[in-house]
Amino acid sequence: MSLQLRRKVHESIVYIDRDSAPRIVASGTDFLLEDLPIGTRVIYPNPPLKGLPNREAAIRYALNHPHDSDPLFAQLQPGMKVTIAVDDISMPLPPMQTPDIRQTALEILLDMLAGHGVDDVHIIIAISLHRRMTTAEMKRMVGTKIFNEFYPNRYYNHDAEDPEGLIEIGKSRHNEPLRINRRAAESDLLIYLNFNFVPMNGGHKSVAVGLCDYESLRAHHEPQTKRDSDSYMDPAASELNRKITRLGKLVDERLNVFHIETTVNSRMFGPELNFLTKNEDDFSSFDRMKFEAMRFGNSRLPRAAKRFAYNQLTSHYELIACHAGRTEPVHKRIIEKSMQQYVIPVEGQCDILICPIPELSPYNVNSSLNPLLVQVMALGYHFNMYRGKPLIKKGGVLILHHPCFDEFDHNFHPSYIEFFNRLLPETRDAFVLRDKYEREFANNPSYVEMYRRGNAYHGSHPFFMWYWGENGRQHVGHVIAAGAENAHVPAMLDWERADNLTEAIAMAKSHMGRSAQITMLHQPMIGICDMQ
Amino acid sequence: MAAAAFYDLEGTLVSTNLVHTLGFYAKNQQGLWRSFRKSAATVLSLPLFAVTDQYSRKVFNDLFFKRYRGETEDRLRFFADQLFEEVLKPAVFPGTFELIEKSRSIGLRQVVITGALDISVKPLMKHLNIDEYVANRLEFVDGVATGRLLPPVLAAATKASWIRTYAEREGINLSDSFAYSDSMSDLPMLSVVGHPAAVNPDMRLRQTALHHNWPILSLK
Repeated sequence: MSLQLRRKVHESIVYIDRDSAPRIVASGTDFLLEDLPIGTRVIYPNPPLKGLPNREAAIRYALNHPHDSDPLFAQLQPGMKVTIAVDDISMPLPPMQTPDIRQTALEILLDMLAGHGVDDVHIIIAISLHRRMTTAEMKRMVGTKIFNEFYPNRYYNHDAEDPEGLIEIGKSRHNEPLRINRRAAESDLLIYLNFNFVPMNGGHKSVAVGLCDYESLRAHHEPQTKRDSDSYMDPAASELNRKITRLGKLVDERLNVFHIETTVNSRMFGPELNFLTKNEDDFSSFDRMKFEAMRFGNSRLPRAAKRFAYNQLTSHYELIACHAGRTEPVHKRIIEKSMQQYVIPVEGQCDILICPIPELSPYNVNSSLNPLLVQVMALGYHFNMYRGKPLIKKGGVLILHHPCFDEFDHNFHPSYIEFFNRLLPETRDAFVLRDKYEREFANNPSYVEMYRRGNAYHGSHPFFMWYWGENGRQHVGHVIAAGAENAHVPAMLDWERADNLTEAIAMAKSHMGRSAQITMLHQPMIGICDMQ
Repeated sequence: MAAAAFYDLEGTLVSTNLVHTLGFYAKNQQGLWRSFRKSAATVLSLPLFAVTDQYSRKVFNDLFFKRYRGETEDRLRFFADQLFEEVLKPAVFPGTFELIEKSRSIGLRQVVITGALDISVKPLMKHLNIDEYVANRLEFVDGVATGRLLPPVLAAATKASWIRTYAEREGINLSDSFAYSDSMSDLPMLSVVGHPAAVNPDMRLRQTALHHNWPILSLK
């Protein structure tokens, strides 16, 4: 049996047999070593595609050879008003080592604009309802030179609550309103610089979501749209994508948009930490030593220090594609390339899915992973990383591994606290929450001020996080929080709790039977399971 | 049922405090010598004010408003506009208007409850477009201030009881109401509403707000 199990079906899929090494299981800021049951299928991220050797040249080539559009230089005239919108710090994860691709692209763009006599240039971070980036984060993202030249008057965060700074550009054919950043809408040319990290991002989502306000967003960020998306990480089968495309077409009709999209490979860590994404059976002695050193260090550090160290991690992603021009053809090519990196063919659904949750999410950069974010990573992001059908069978058991700290960041996630403590005890029904409370939170003057003047996520943001998990909640039969340090957080989220992974697997088997097929996503990873 | 947003004023919506107002009146006395004497006395009293404020807002008020003894009512009223233009108007926090406007837009009644003097805050309330406010009132005998406040003296728990009375009278649902303050002395006022928030809080209120998971705002 073990020989059969060892048969490689794909380089990213490993079956555990009798002499397999224990696996690294991420859990919050810790990395544990766990023996998994024989027969467990472990899915790793695909090995990185080869990065482009000269990313500056690739970006320049894209600007000069756009799809369905004139080259950028041909669209520039002295005295014109140009706005460059860029994605925020939520991608990539962990934040990229400097210089960030956005910095490189901006340097090229700004040179080109200046060379054509375009002086009226603003750089807007398309945060939508995410938190405002801090000054230090903004500086790190674009580099000192651009920061000093443009900040604060010409380099700033989008403000979705500024009545003067927004303008309605129309309604989609389904009567969905679209109100976006006034400066961007009134510019002669809007250049959107996108960093595509997961397939649901980029394309029309960039302008139609990144620069919109709450009322525009709630038209498609709602539970039914999520339920109708199978999955929202597969653009072709995503109702969310369809709705946003409708709005994007409106943007294309009303605005002159030059869309630049980039995507990167899966080289998450440099040589010092790349063992975290490697098959443990292939570890060298040095890899084991590095892991043991990290584990020893982690075991001695207090939680705050571990979190601080975690937040210092930087990624080593390399650019694998850059395209520019009209939004749709650009996005199509980028998705093709990113799918080439991410897609892992997987045969057969599993009964039990183990999903370790590291302290990495788009919403907790330089912060902590609160319970709602644990929920969105397990039942939202990782559950939805499939094409065709979910990795886990309907009614299966999802085991997530995280301490489930009852901790919230008061500066970044204030409305999450009220959502978790006041609303969830009343109901977990996403439709009820939306109808009864979403607007109340969105219009809460305290949360609005904290979004506009502080660095808080918008008051409505925890609702969207809850809706992201809607498909996962509807699909799985049970969720077990392994390694949870308390009982009340799992209980609040309607999860069962287990002290450790072994106990969680035993509990899961009691639901699914002794011969249940177990699969583990080896975190941290980004991969789309193409279900055969 | 209607709801309201209750604001403390000084330190919350504007950066000044009671001492700035007293200092302004002290330096605008009749004659240089009187101005110098009053200003010096105010400056020398600062440590005492600081200590008593930490100890008890009531003791602070008793001591502080004694400094107004002997001021004439017409003089205080005469200088109120100048006080507003020179001291209070520039001290309004940049986020104050946004916060009030947002609160108003969702149908909340806007109410300021301040321990400052009614005479001095009237022009500011007009500037902030706030119709409902309650402030402390000096007692005048024959047009001259006695240095005592007329009851109810608005501070600490009395602000909370004023809010409860107001809510009962006006049919306000306190669970849906908001309160904003910068000071630990306003803890009772923050505690009677469903949506309290600490604004530019001092250390003690910040800790309390963190403990109770209240939003912490900065309007600066």
